[in-house]
This record gives sequence, structure tokens and C-alpha cells, in this order.
Amino acid sequence: MEPISNPAETPAPKISVRNLDFFYGKFHALKNINLDIPQNKVTAFIGPSGCGKSTLLRVFNRMFELYPDQRAQGEVLLDGENLLTSKEDVALLRAKVGMVFQKPTPFPMSIFDNIAFGIKLFESLSATDLEERVEWALRKAALWNEVKDKLKQSGSSLSGGQQQRLCIARGIAIKPEVILLDEPCSALDPISTAKIEELITELKDDYTVVIVTHNMQQAARCSDYTAYMYLGDLVEFGSTEQMFFKPTRKETEDYITGRFG
Amino acid sequence: MPEKHLSTQFDSELSSVSSRVMEMGGLVEAQVQQAVQALGQFNAEEARQVIELEHRVNTMEIELDHEISSIIARRQPTARDLRLLMAISKAIANLERAGDEAEKMARMVLSIIHNGAPRALPASELRTAADLAAGQLRKALDAFARLDTTNAVAILKEDDLIDREFDSFVRVLITYMMEDPRTISPSLDLLFLAKAIERVGDHAKNIAELIIYIVKGADVRHSSIEEIESVLK
Repeated sequence: MEPISNPAETPAPKISVRNLDFFYGKFHALKNINLDIPQNKVTAFIGPSGCGKSTLLRVFNRMFELYPDQRAQGEVLLDGENLLTSKEDVALLRAKVGMVFQKPTPFPMSIFDNIAFGIKLFESLSATDLEERVEWALRKAALWNEVKDKLKQSGSSLSGGQQQRLCIARGIAIKPEVILLDEPCSALDPISTAKIEELITELKDDYTVVIVTHNMQQAARCSDYTAYMYLGDLVEFGSTEQMFFKPTRKETEDYITGRFG
Repeated sequence: MPEKHLSTQFDSELSSVSSRVMEMGGLVEAQVQQAVQALGQFNAEEARQVIELEHRVNTMEIELDHEISSIIARRQPTARDLRLLMAISKAIANLERAGDEAEKMARMVLSIIHNGAPRALPASELRTAADLAAGQLRKALDAFARLDTTNAVAILKEDDLIDREFDSFVRVLITYMMEDPRTISPSLDLLFLAKAIERVGDHAKNIAELIIYIVKGADVRHSSIEEIESVLK
């Protein structure tokens, strides 16, 4: 199935996916995906469970390579360079393409060290510079005011919503170019969710954001572009406004209006 | 709505709103038709019935508005559900105003009867325009119920006919008023009446445009017939 998209109005792509196929062993999980993720925009992937949206996200920073029997074919161009065949150290790739998971995953260390840990891997900053960077990341993630007096406390002492923002702060502390969010709010209450959505909107000034979400209204609220996937196919990709107001494909319309089943 | 939502409750809410719109449409249609008859026969009783219906139409509009806001608040409709609800919300505003126009017509008829001398004036010439407008409204409601864009376009094309009837009626009235200044006051009543008929046609036209909005997602207000037809291709 050829996906319908409207590339004419999409700005310059940060990531271009070309003829991408993905296999879990023999299972064909992504089928000939072609997609441009626009730079400095929020792109949302929606679709029912098992449609391949998280799989696609995990290709963008080669996270899938951690598992045996998983393989990707085709091209995923980050700024024009195919990251699937790149000789670049995968750790450097993941520094450029950061990821935040469904469940908050703070490291078992202090709030400060949670942020500083990643920075120290890639840069050697003076103590003052490091402190500044940590504060910058925490401010960026809208967490600074809540944690500035307890930076030495354990990261896991924070609430779920705060932990998730800590993970986002950890992700942006190393100044990536792309941030991948895999259902970042599914374990959070509405207020924490609203804070993270607000944060996503602010992050796009500096980063390209890709978010996978089960919550369609979340995609509608905070993304600029939306891709609808089903059973490993990219069914439709377009501006979020168009996708939620007048999608081109009937399959998209049925899913978005809750007629799916 | 041929296909069902996962939520049957959502389906029944949408179909309840849709059928209540049709009910409201039926009331307004009856009002307009009765106003046309009251005009044709200068029948004060029919005119009073039109005025009495007004209250029910107003109440229905308020109730429907409430139902629609409640669905939006609880269901966050998207795509064609969203377009349907937006369109219904606008359609009922148009229906309510078409009902107002029917009420105005009825009041004019009463005023003409009260002031006497209706026979001297060409009131019967309004009959064609009035029938056209009532027919347009009926057709618009039919097309709305079936989401029938072909008939919606036909309604848009016919709106010109009512406008032309209105213009020629105004010219006739002017000749009467020039010949006999005593007819000026009743002529003005007839002029307002003709204007009300023309407005009913406009509301029918607005409803027809909303059908295209629901089905195609295109806003065709202020568009030419050619532009609208190209949207529907």
C-alpha cells in the first residue's frame, strides 16, 4: 500500500526513511516505510497496538540492535547519512538521537547525577560548567523549581511525572538533535501529562521531536505532523490538522473517529 | 452513519442529535409552509399558529446546542464526527432563523389583514417565491438527512431563482407606490415579507453548503458554483 502524504508542505526533513523493512526473526514488522520527519517539528506516530510505531521509533537510534534476531533493511537518513550502515559509534548516534521511554527510568543515583552522568560520558566540563548544564537541562524540562533544593536526593524519590521530566532533562542535557518519546505519558496523571505536552511544544524550537502515543488526543494536541500506521504499513502521513479534520484515507478516518475494531 | 463506533453510546448520542435536528427541521418547514399559506389566503388563524410554533423551535435549538456541547466535551469528536457536529450546530442556528423569518412573515400577514386594503396590492405574486423558498428548505433538510451532495449543489444553483423573484417583486411594488402613494405603507409590509421569504431561501442555501462541509471537509461558503463542483469531483 502506497502511503498518502503531502510532502509539498512539509519543511526540510531531519530524518528520511526510505524503503525501510523491519523483521523480528521471520516476522515482517515494518513494510516498505517511506517517510520524512520534518526538522524542528513534533511528529506523532499513532496506530493500534502492534502496528509498528514503537518499532519504527527504535530504528531511529538503532535501539533494536540490543536484541538478537531483529534486523532493519533500507535506509534511515539522519541529515542525509544512512544511520543503519553508518560506521559511527552507536553511543554517539544515541547522543544525537535521544530517547525517553514509557516508564520513567531514573538511574539509581541522585537527581543531579542522573543528569550529569550522560554529560560526563561525552564531554569533560568543569564543575561549574557541569552544574550550569544540569540546571539548564532541568529548567528546560520544567523541573528545576521543583528539585533545585534537593539535587542530592535520589531520582527515584520523585513522583512519576517528575521522574519522567527528569528522564527528558537527562535526554536533553547532552544536547541531542532528535528526541524520541515512546509513550512518555502513558503512566502519568493528567497534570503531569499536560506539563510534558507543554514541554514537548517548547522543545521543538531546538530539537526534532518524534512521539509515539496511544492517546490520539495527545497527538492532536501537541504534534505538527501525524503518521497513522497499521499492521506494519504507514497508512497516511500528513499535517496533524488535516489528519484529525479530514484524513484522506478511510482507514485513518475510521481509526481516528473510533470506528476501528 | 453507516459504520459504528466502538462506543455504542457515542453512536446513539450522534443519532439522537441527528434525528432531533430533523425534528426541528420538520417544525421549521411546517412554520414556513403555514406562513406561505397564511399569505396566500390572508388567513389570520394560520398566521397565529406560525407564531405559536416559534417557542418550540427556540427551545429545540437551545436543547440541541446543549447536547452538542456535551458530546464535544465528553467524546472529543474528530474528522467526520467533528464536521457533522460543527455542521449541525450551524444548521440549527440557520433553522432557528428561518423559523424567525416565518414568524415575521406571519406577523406581516396579520398586519396587512389588520390594516385592510391587501387586495389592491400584488401579494399573490409573492406566492411563487414563497413556494420556492419553502421547497428549498424542504430539499435542504432531505439532502442533510441523506448527506446528499448532488442535491445540495442543486439547491445552491436554485437560490438565484428566489433572488430574481425578489428583485422583480420589488420592481412591481415600486410601480404601485409611484402610482398611488396610499399604497406605500402596505407595500412596505409586503416588501418586508418578500425579504423574509428571500432570507428563508438563504438559510436553506447555508444548510446545503454545510452538507458539502460534512462530506468533503471543504468550506464552500462564498464560493462559486464552479468552485463547489470542482471540490465534489
